[in-house]
Amino acid sequence: MNLRTPLGDEVLDLRAGDRVTLSGKVYTARDEAHERMRREGIPFDPRGAAVYHCGPVVAGERILAAGPTTSARMNAFTGFLLEAGVRAIIGKGGMSPAVRELLRGRAVYLAFTGGCAVLAASRMRLSGVYYPDLGMAEAVWAIELDHLPLVVGMDAHGADLFAEVGEKAKLQFRRLSKSTEKEPA
Amino acid sequence: MMRDPGDPALFAAIARATRDALAEAEVNLPRDVIAALEQARSRERNPVARGELDQILANVALAAERNAPLCQDTGVPVVYVTLPPEIACTFSLYRAVEEGVRRATREVPLRPNVVDPLTRKNTGDNTGPGIPAVHVRPGNEFRITVLPKGAGAENVSRLGMLLPTEAGTIPRFVTETVLLAGGRPCPPVILGVGIGGTFDGAAALAKEALLLPIDSMDQYEQAICDAVNTLGIGPMGLGGDTTALAVKVRRSACHTASLPVAVNVQCWAARRASRVVEVPP
Repeated sequence: MNLRTPLGDEVLDLRAGDRVTLSGKVYTARDEAHERMRREGIPFDPRGAAVYHCGPVVAGERILAAGPTTSARMNAFTGFLLEAGVRAIIGKGGMSPAVRELLRGRAVYLAFTGGCAVLAASRMRLSGVYYPDLGMAEAVWAIELDHLPLVVGMDAHGADLFAEVGEKAKLQFRRLSKSTEKEPA
Repeated sequence: MMRDPGDPALFAAIARATRDALAEAEVNLPRDVIAALEQARSRERNPVARGELDQILANVALAAERNAPLCQDTGVPVVYVTLPPEIACTFSLYRAVEEGVRRATREVPLRPNVVDPLTRKNTGDNTGPGIPAVHVRPGNEFRITVLPKGAGAENVSRLGMLLPTEAGTIPRFVTETVLLAGGRPCPPVILGVGIGGTFDGAAALAKEALLLPIDSMDQYEQAICDAVNTLGIGPMGLGGDTTALAVKVRRSACHTASLPVAVNVQCWAARRASRVVEVPP
């Protein structure tokens, strides 16, 4: 499915594991930007917006590299964004069970492939910046996306691909441990 | 005649080789790593994982085409130097390598990643006390090899002082390291495993294992790699058959009462490159 911002109830149709593309406006935010937005208010219109956990490398007006950063660091700072109407969080590695519950009925978590910084930059055009005083990595960059390819990692119905995969891995590890214990030392 | 790396022409040649090796490593993945990614893509059964591997391969191609760093985390520089008998091992050698790192930071460019460990103040040029880590050993040719190391995978690396009777549990220790890491190190990963030596030696061996080409594995390495891949963590922790591309092991002798084991985790962007220093006449 091809999504475009501002996002609406179409995000409710998405299921964990779906492959989508996203076009339109996205706002980057890492730890410090989240903290400031919570304190001072969100500087962009959050209704239907997409927030990208990313600290890009920007040279003048050009985005050179813009891969995702680890989303879990933002677990505790995500509720106010979703309550303000943000409909998609983009990042890598997934988020906490608390965020999974906050997503219910309103928003999705979209995973972008870690390390694919050039691929991301090739689908981006810079359109503005908030909080430039936070420095290149921590500022909020407004970026125009052209079909950024993503996977639905957590949907609006409580499904969480990362948690499912993690649980299965734990079970398999226990199985492996048992089978090696049986071998004579 | 002994040559001193402090001699300006030789100093410049060392800095240039370091800069060029870093520029190469940051942009172009080694052939064996690309081949392993392609092979994983052709074997992968999980559609989400296939999509992730496609994106990785597209990113690799695009980085080469645009001469741009593969990943915005351009890592911290780890440098290995082999020194032939006619080149003296002096402080200038280290200074010259540092100069090469500064040049690469400006010219590639690289993200300045190096900070004071406590104040977290960024040095701005990817050097600092002990960074780049420069490992010098004797060799036949004057060669600089670089291994820029990103933080995501480095942060989930692990060291265990196992009991001497626990050699059989080493594969379990390695697999557990990957389980605990989940999607955080940007899998598919390559696992450098150091077995033996001392506490610090095992970690150094594990990192050196990451310099080995991954186009072949011995039986022991393959068995660990297969066990890791049964976890199903998959690319980026989204599930799939491809959690590890390879396991490489390096061993050394150790104390009869100890068994150090270190696992250095490497993300799919397994950047390494090497340049021979053109020694000026």
